[in-house]
Amino acid sequence: MTSTVLELHSLARSFGGIKAVQDVSFTLRKGEIVGLIGPNGSGKTTLVNCITGVHKPTAGKVVFYGEDVTKQKPHQAAQRGLCRTFQIVQPFPEMTVRENVAAGALFAQKINSLSKALDKADEYVNFVGIHEMADIPAASLTLANRKKLELAKSLAMDPKVLMLDEVNAGLNSGEIIGALNLIKKISQKGISIIIIEHLMKVIMTLSERIIVLHNGELIAEGLPTEIINNPQVIKAYLGEKFAKRLMEEKND
Amino acid sequence: MEIFQIIVNGLALGALYACLAVGFSLVWGVLNVINMLHGTFVVFGGYLAYFCWSYLGLNPFLVIIPIGIILYLIGYFLQYYLNNRVIGAPVLTTLTLTFGLDMIVYNIMTVYFSATPRRIRLDLGSFEFAGVFMPADRLLGMVLAVILTAMLYYVMRFSNIGRAIVAVRMDRTAAELMGIRIKNIYSITFGIGALMAGLAGVIMVLIFPTTTSVAGAYLGKAFIVCVVGGLGSVPGAFIGGLALGLVESLAAQFIGPQNAPILGFLLLLFLLLVKPTGLIGVKGYE
Amino acid sequence: MLKTANIIFILWVTVLITTPLYAENYIVRAAIMVAMFSSLALSWNIIGGYAGYPSLATAAFVGLGSYVGAVSQVNGVTMLFSWVLATISVGVVSSLLGVLLLRLRGHYFAIGSIVLVELFRLIASSWSSVTGGGNGLNIPILRWDPSTVASFFLSVMILLMILTYMMNIFVSNNRLGFGLKCIKQNEDAANMVGINTTLYKVIAFMLSATLCGTVGAVYASWSGYIDPTESFQIVLTLKVAVMAMLGGAGTILGPVIGASTFVVLEEIVWVNFLDWNRAILGILIVMIIFFLPNGIIKLGILRIFKEKLNQKFKDNIK
Repeated sequence: MTSTVLELHSLARSFGGIKAVQDVSFTLRKGEIVGLIGPNGSGKTTLVNCITGVHKPTAGKVVFYGEDVTKQKPHQAAQRGLCRTFQIVQPFPEMTVRENVAAGALFAQKINSLSKALDKADEYVNFVGIHEMADIPAASLTLANRKKLELAKSLAMDPKVLMLDEVNAGLNSGEIIGALNLIKKISQKGISIIIIEHLMKVIMTLSERIIVLHNGELIAEGLPTEIINNPQVIKAYLGEKFAKRLMEEKND
Repeated sequence: MEIFQIIVNGLALGALYACLAVGFSLVWGVLNVINMLHGTFVVFGGYLAYFCWSYLGLNPFLVIIPIGIILYLIGYFLQYYLNNRVIGAPVLTTLTLTFGLDMIVYNIMTVYFSATPRRIRLDLGSFEFAGVFMPADRLLGMVLAVILTAMLYYVMRFSNIGRAIVAVRMDRTAAELMGIRIKNIYSITFGIGALMAGLAGVIMVLIFPTTTSVAGAYLGKAFIVCVVGGLGSVPGAFIGGLALGLVESLAAQFIGPQNAPILGFLLLLFLLLVKPTGLIGVKGYE
Repeated sequence: MLKTANIIFILWVTVLITTPLYAENYIVRAAIMVAMFSSLALSWNIIGGYAGYPSLATAAFVGLGSYVGAVSQVNGVTMLFSWVLATISVGVVSSLLGVLLLRLRGHYFAIGSIVLVELFRLIASSWSSVTGGGNGLNIPILRWDPSTVASFFLSVMILLMILTYMMNIFVSNNRLGFGLKCIKQNEDAANMVGINTTLYKVIAFMLSATLCGTVGAVYASWSGYIDPTESFQIVLTLKVAVMAMLGGAGTILGPVIGASTFVVLEEIVWVNFLDWNRAILGILIVMIIFFLPNGIIKLGILRIFKEKLNQKFKDNIK
């Protein structure tokens, strides 16, 4: 049994009268890849925002390595190693790729010298495979490379938990295969990953476990095969035909 | 002084503030520009009315329309040829540009009009009703301010131009896709802002002595009204103006007239921190 | 290793500090103004240039420094100690205001900071028991001969200019400066990589304000008289920002170049166009916005200079 990294206890968040997330509990273990799926507006991003301190949960607790971190601020989450990428990539546009990545190392890892952070950055720039663009401004990267930059930046933060919010959206199939390999490589470093994704192929390939949100509630949790057979999930999200096709692909 | 008198004074002052600030609010809300020229436009309008009255003997109410047109044209062309070149630039750029323009207009006024305080004295007497005293020029100014603000509301609400301006304020890109010519709308909006400022100046010069040096104070009032009432909304500016008028009138009574303006700025800072979108009205672009 | 910017700075400081030896009083006065505005523009650079926050509170802190310095001197504090007091008070006040104001962004921050100038001015004019109100305050002046006084204040202002310059170097080579640059480009992302954005911004605001307070106090001692309208000027606040932009905001040397250029132009305008100086400066500002939005330093003139200098160094080494 591997150790527990992150626990959510009945987490809830509402905006005005709308309950974006309600009563969500789950645990994440070390080195595990968990898929987080659900229709648009089901509260996936809000959940990530609650874990990383962007939103304060209205109820419930976030526990990270046994410590209650519910009230943390985003920069504290980052320094603890609760890192995330954004659905819409968020680079520092006028800084070079290397500097972008160095920012992660410098502030989240609390490395004191700029030159050390830049050295560290090179390591991660190489790891995700954008070393050729290390010295160009982030704004001039292609979308696929910007997503890689986003990954490198998160990795430079020395994450314990990495939340990938639609990291494959907008990529072509070749680029997706590259991204999949990269995520697997990251996971082998012992980093726990929560992956939010609409592409079921990606989710099915990567996830050891899947959790399903619907209207802010956790409606199912289990192995990938269990999830695609779960009638509630089929009704709320996958649809009959698609679930059947996924089953067939899985059996092949 | 009776509390009732204080409130009446406050409302009369507030109506003037509303009229003074509504153009500033419109420009900020629609163009996302903090127009540092606004106070100077107010003084300019006031000076024009004063000189028409004192040298040409024209009644200030007669010259309202030509003064409005002059100010509108100045505003329109400043925006069309200068400010439009920095649309979407950071606040520091747009603010500094309007400040540079302000220095030019201000200097022109000090050279040609000198810095002597001017005031139009119509000597209309005063009213007294139920123990409340009110000079007639003040009452007239208040009524005029309310009428002008209401007219702007009507234009924004019901005219095609007004609807186009509101559309641009809400979503510039969408409005552009609907075929609205943004630069033209921006220029019209800036023109309307200048027009409202100038006409507020005509009212001000009927009531208070006006010099170039009060331009900064007027601009400060516009800041406060805008933050209290929210950006780009006529009713918001109206309520913001009344609120500021009341606060200043009450403050003048209880903590002394020289301290009253301090309270206005404290109110602004407090509101910025508590509710930066204003009490009423819509958010700007941020 | 000395960078080109530092060499230019040292040369320029040498030119300024030696003015009393060869130039007339009028030029020495201009040199004091150059040093003073360079200090202010370099201070502003921390919050406005690195962090990209359009702070327009400069005049508020200069004026506050003047008043703290003047009031304490009037009440018997020695001149040097009054400057220290002014520096500390402005540092404390600006940190407190920073905590409040830096929750705002963009236009709201600009309004919030510019309003401080007006607010402080109103307080200075209405709190007459301490500040002398609208009549202003007379400060005991130095009883030395005029040229010694001028040299003294020139040295002090240049010292402040060097201090603010070193502060800029320190910030830009430090994680603070790197963090501020991140905040400027994408504040949310900066927060997400672990930057305590609120803390960083407050520190930047405080650093930008503190030495403005010293400048204000020194200026008050130099001029011997202060009043609310002169001490708290919106024009000053914007002028300092314009100077930094003119030279190149967010660079180390830019604010010095901008301040020096602007002060020289302003002196020329003052001498030649007494009635129209404000309008001409207005035109100048408009032209800077249109034609030099990134500042002189990005023009490439300096790059040529830099290459020549490097060439010279290489030749010397040979």
